[in-house]
Amino acid sequence: MKTNLIALIAGVIFGLGLALSQMINPDKVLNFLDVTGNWDPSLIFVMLGALTVSTLSFRFIFKRDAPVFGAEFHITKKTIITKPLLIGSALFGIGWGMTGYCPGPAVASLGLFSLEGVVMVIAIYAGFISHQWFDKQ
Amino acid sequence: MENFTPISALLGGALIGLSVSILLLLNGRMAGISGIMSGLIKPTKHHIWRFLFLGGLIIGAFIFQQLSPDPLVLRENYPFSLIIIGGFLVGLGTKMGSGCTSGHGICGIANLSVRSIAATITFMLSGMLTVFIIKHILGLTA
Repeated sequence: MKTNLIALIAGVIFGLGLALSQMINPDKVLNFLDVTGNWDPSLIFVMLGALTVSTLSFRFIFKRDAPVFGAEFHITKKTIITKPLLIGSALFGIGWGMTGYCPGPAVASLGLFSLEGVVMVIAIYAGFISHQWFDKQ
Repeated sequence: MENFTPISALLGGALIGLSVSILLLLNGRMAGISGIMSGLIKPTKHHIWRFLFLGGLIIGAFIFQQLSPDPLVLRENYPFSLIIIGGFLVGLGTKMGSGCTSGHGICGIANLSVRSIAATITFMLSGMLTVFIIKHILGLTA
């Protein structure tokens, strides 16, 4: 119960951050990726703000053996750079560049009643499910 | 660079960093959005937190849009074919690559993961190359 409420609050803060930073504006994102055109470096500052807070806090959080509410930290133990990591990330970048949406802003844009956002989220789920299908082959 | 907004970008980014820190410290979860989304394909009662986090994203954006003196104007006439194909690639790619901008670009890098640094450089470069091709070579977008 407590962890569900925390997840909701964390989600609201994340959504406010996406909106304030304009990550939620696909045109702004496309202008960031458009390095040879009308380049807008703002999103570097979004990463800078997010990484400053999280890199510092993670150092303290991981001094603990477990989270405040829960038995263990759910983090990946993978450390090797694999082909699926790089190919998947390259495909994600292509989709990001085609749309201006990564997954967080796509979901958050539903709060702006964006039809584009609805189509984007459905297409993302189609991509998730198709990967399960690829994996079974 | 007439639309450069470093202050709101920094502050918004700091809020994202705060959210990621809260979810990790209290719940022990990494706020990688693609992972939180794809975990819902086979939902169980242990996954209610995923619905709530994603619902929170929507609520946060909604609140900002209602209260902001300068709300976001949604773009019009962007080709839906690009959204459908691109959205599919975002889903497939983040599932195959185990993460997106938040999972690799923020949580992973904050955790000093070499995998996440490699993934972030890869999707940034491929995104930039894609915009170059779509906008400047093919001329599909304005």
